[in-house]
Amino acid sequence: MSNSRQKLWTTALAWFIALLIFFPIFWMALTSFKTETEAIATPPSLFFVPTLENFTEVFARSNYARFVWNSIAVSFGSTLLALAFAIPAAYAMAFFPTKRTPSTLLWMLSTKMMPPVGVLIPMYLLFKNLGLLDTVTGLLIIYTLINLPIVIWMLYTYFKDVPGEILEAGRVDGAKPMQELFLLLIPLAVPGIASTGLLSVILSWNEAFWSLNLTSSQGAPLTAFIASFSSPQGLFWAKLSAASLMAIAPILVVGWMSQRQLVSGLTFGAVK
Amino acid sequence: MTTLAQTRAATRPEKKTREVDTRPLLWPSVAVLFLWMIVPLAMTLYFSVIRYNLLNPTLTGFAGLENYAFLFEDPALWTSLWNTLVLVGSVLVITVVLGTLFAVLYNQEFFGRGVARLLVIAPFFVMPTVSALVWKNMMMHPVYGLIASLQTLVGLQPTDWFTDYPMLSVIIIVAWQWVPFAFLILLTAIQSLDAEQKEAARIDGAGPMAMFFYITLPHLSRAISVVIMIETIFLLTIFAEIYVTTAGGPGTATTNLAWLIYSVGLLQFDVGYASAGGVIAVILANIVAFFLVRTVSRNLQQA
Repeated sequence: MSNSRQKLWTTALAWFIALLIFFPIFWMALTSFKTETEAIATPPSLFFVPTLENFTEVFARSNYARFVWNSIAVSFGSTLLALAFAIPAAYAMAFFPTKRTPSTLLWMLSTKMMPPVGVLIPMYLLFKNLGLLDTVTGLLIIYTLINLPIVIWMLYTYFKDVPGEILEAGRVDGAKPMQELFLLLIPLAVPGIASTGLLSVILSWNEAFWSLNLTSSQGAPLTAFIASFSSPQGLFWAKLSAASLMAIAPILVVGWMSQRQLVSGLTFGAVK
Repeated sequence: MTTLAQTRAATRPEKKTREVDTRPLLWPSVAVLFLWMIVPLAMTLYFSVIRYNLLNPTLTGFAGLENYAFLFEDPALWTSLWNTLVLVGSVLVITVVLGTLFAVLYNQEFFGRGVARLLVIAPFFVMPTVSALVWKNMMMHPVYGLIASLQTLVGLQPTDWFTDYPMLSVIIIVAWQWVPFAFLILLTAIQSLDAEQKEAARIDGAGPMAMFFYITLPHLSRAISVVIMIETIFLLTIFAEIYVTTAGGPGTATTNLAWLIYSVGLLQFDVGYASAGGVIAVILANIVAFFLVRTVSRNLQQA
């Protein structure tokens, strides 16, 4: 009796909090289907005829496709590059550990602790001199470097769980290390590699320090494009909402699907 | 290539540990990370001891500790350090307290638990510029914002958030983004709590409060410390949220260390001075990092 009443309260409270936290995202999604006038109406209009106008206008007016492409290029490009560096490294450390492996891993982790703002000025000047300012290539390099430690760590954790006997059997049958890596380990570790890649894509997609500081238009991804709506001239909330919704929806879905793996990745395996 | 390696391996006196030379697999990662760690940092250190202003090329030469002296005399540094402390401290308290409570709540069985959890973690996946602008415009705008509408509806004066409570506004936005992170980590940690241990405590007559303080909280302690350390590293250099909302203002009310360095270096082009600020940021982050690495390394040894 009291148990079921308690359950009712738990359900009500949990749902109330969940909806409250999610509300700004919901409201933004709703606004993206309003006209600009309805978007700033007071009191807010709750009943309106949904329109797709904002979406078509965002696409038509602001080179939106370029920003989307830049976001895709930097996040997937940097992820593939990071995996190319990290898979061999994680393989070496997971299956051929030496006395120095733990300290190498920790040292890699510690490069992640460098606050970006501490090296902002030299990176900006370096990029300026190398002609990398406002380019996709420049951002891609930075994202590869900032995600590499996390990618190595996650892969290392996954590779550790791959049964060593299978690789051992391959070795007995005469597989060379490279064959062992490409023909045995990578096929076995596909789920781990995929979720590592997803985390890296999510982090790059949402990165907004380097993108705001090193890009402005040609090489700018969505994070920087959205920031351009912060200017006080004109209230384009409906268009801002439409652009934002398209920018966050794919990554939100990916994030929801891979939340479990995210925890171990984000905490460097300290919480599983 | 391989034959050479093989002959060398064959002629070398056999050592028992390493059967394959894995250095070629490891060194690319080590090399790029080493460069990434050392080159920009060395440049920051170098710039911090020279006179270097992009707007005034006649200013050159070794400055010694001039930039640092200048920095430490500047009230803006102390304001920004205080603001950084307030921002990091408040967000940490909010996220850890709410994250823990939510983890306990959403670990209960209830209708639609899976979906409700997804809604709670959603803000973490929203890019910072979107979160900040949605809050700034649609929630907190003094005229058209939803909060203002609700206030008008019940007969209150609408709050002008970013003018009257700039730091609080930034804290609310950042906390909204990071509560889901703390929640996600702590929920995962709470799920590994041994059911038998809980049952035993219940049989011994422990009430919900006692359960929380004597069983759950100690179990979560390590996860909480991990959350605190990781969040601190990210929160020390909160930038995008300030960039799109307050731009450090009004005045210097929301200028944290990251914004100070940005505005001195890339808006006023005083490279030397900004680099000295960068060195301070690196030192602060390293103090935190030291503890994080220690926790993780303890973990590595257990595994």
